[in-house]
Amino acid sequence: MALSSKEVLKVGTLSRIRLTPEEVEKFSSQLSAILDYVDKLRELDTAGVEPLAHALPIHNVLRPDEPRPGLAPEQALGGAPQSDGDFFRVPRILNEEAGA
Amino acid sequence: MAVTDLTACEIRKAIAERRLSAVEATEGCLRAIGRLDPKIKAFLSTDPDGGRRRAAEIDRRLAAGENVGLLAGIPVAVKDNMCTADGQPTTCASRILGGWRAPYDAHVVERLKAEGAVIVGKTNLDEFAMGSSTENSAYGATRNPWDLGRVPGGSSGGSAAAVAARLVPIALGSDTGGSIRQPAALCGVVGMKPTYGRVSRYGLVAFASSLDQIGPFGRTVADAALLLRATAGHDPRDSTSVREPVPDYLEGLEEPVRPLRIGVPREFFSAGIDPEVESVVREALAVYERLGAALVPITLPHSTDYSIATYYIVATSEASSNLARYDGVHYGYRSSDHTDMIDMYMRSRAQGFGDEVKRRIMLGTYALSSGYYDAYYKKALAVRRLIRRDFEQAFAKVDCIMGPTSPTPAFHVGERTADPLAMYLSDVYTVSANLAAIAGISIPCGFTAGGLPIGLQIITDVFTEGRLLRIARMYERETGWTKRAPPIVEDAA
Repeated sequence: MALSSKEVLKVGTLSRIRLTPEEVEKFSSQLSAILDYVDKLRELDTAGVEPLAHALPIHNVLRPDEPRPGLAPEQALGGAPQSDGDFFRVPRILNEEAGA
Repeated sequence: MAVTDLTACEIRKAIAERRLSAVEATEGCLRAIGRLDPKIKAFLSTDPDGGRRRAAEIDRRLAAGENVGLLAGIPVAVKDNMCTADGQPTTCASRILGGWRAPYDAHVVERLKAEGAVIVGKTNLDEFAMGSSTENSAYGATRNPWDLGRVPGGSSGGSAAAVAARLVPIALGSDTGGSIRQPAALCGVVGMKPTYGRVSRYGLVAFASSLDQIGPFGRTVADAALLLRATAGHDPRDSTSVREPVPDYLEGLEEPVRPLRIGVPREFFSAGIDPEVESVVREALAVYERLGAALVPITLPHSTDYSIATYYIVATSEASSNLARYDGVHYGYRSSDHTDMIDMYMRSRAQGFGDEVKRRIMLGTYALSSGYYDAYYKKALAVRRLIRRDFEQAFAKVDCIMGPTSPTPAFHVGERTADPLAMYLSDVYTVSANLAAIAGISIPCGFTAGGLPIGLQIITDVFTEGRLLRIARMYERETGWTKRAPPIVEDAA
């Protein structure tokens, strides 16, 4: 299955990765080749086969709901590209009017 | 004999008998790293001061008669996708984590410290463990100690190369689709992927959470057994780690498994296998036959091609979700040039991730996206069940499965970088064990005429690591492959 440049750009946006025109071209041919290969799976009849997301029979692992110490704020913020007091700082999300 | 020629078990014994100090062991490794690593590039960072401090502390505690632990004074390397606090970097060989310092230790790092190991450094990998050659590292490729023009395999190529070149006796890696076993084969060392859930993944930077598993590298089966024993066990911080007791894997290691029925899947000797690899692996099977084992032809109909296809849907889907956390907000790289929030995400990720990581995130995003989810992701999970059933049926008839670890010996640097699919096929014999959550090991079983190591893969059912190690040891005792060092080590001595 071939992925068009437009589809690659869309997947790039969904993946939150900005792509250059050269990358769009390169990834479109590489991803198409991989998807062609993956299409082998269509040869197999899987009607009635329950999907297996996790190979070990572990379900609903519970623990007592007790407060325990976590990372201190300065540790949690220690790797942040930008922080402000006890907050992560990000570019403005809302414009002036919408934020007012 | 140099201290770096000793195995971890030998170092352990020498330190216990006070014939060697932890400081001497650590200094020996640091000297070997200084001499050989500029050529091999197995390490992304070393911690000589921390290592020396730690070794001196171990010696002090030993002198005071304290019980210092299973790995007292043994130098260890850790793949750089496992978190280490105390100031050492954890980069995952990615630009996006350049300069990042983890605020906590991974469970396995805690275990190493608790058992008295001396962590001397963090090893190179394919970025976020995505690759089979350790060329996808933002900080440069690692070279194979047996031939510097070739790759060490991957993604745990730094740990495999460090052990092969005798820079450290043992090291930790992680295996999502073969990332311990394949580099072990290409570097001529022992590498094991335990059962999924055997070792806690807490603090292992997530790639594909239903497949990732931490495991040991060593030059001998006993060293792998020692390191597994020190790191395995339940940890409440990883809810997929299993409450199974951890046996003493060294105890009984010398006892052969008898009777032994070895399943030989025809799919593991299919088209694409290098003829030298095939003949060396068949000779290894003949060694087991001489030891009294029965070779049983079996079939794993959904392995090889179908398992690679399944793997590259399941692993990339999980990766696309796991790697969404690199958003330029909480930690890691942020692009300085952006117009708004979405643009900041997109530029940070575009500049922070390498090509293979971008490809896998995009492939996974595509497979999970509306309209394709059933055709790709659900289909792959159904085939995953078929792969698991193949193994269940096989283990009803045989005690273990054997074949080559990798279809080829180490390939040249640059040989497969332009063709992602050719690189993916490097893992054709290893991915099915991850999809089925079972245990596997690669042990050295000979060399090509050109002197490149070849690995024998042995696979057993869940939580049978003890038996798997004993089966591996049966062969090791009969042969001398694990004693051979690469010429670069001999030349330096």
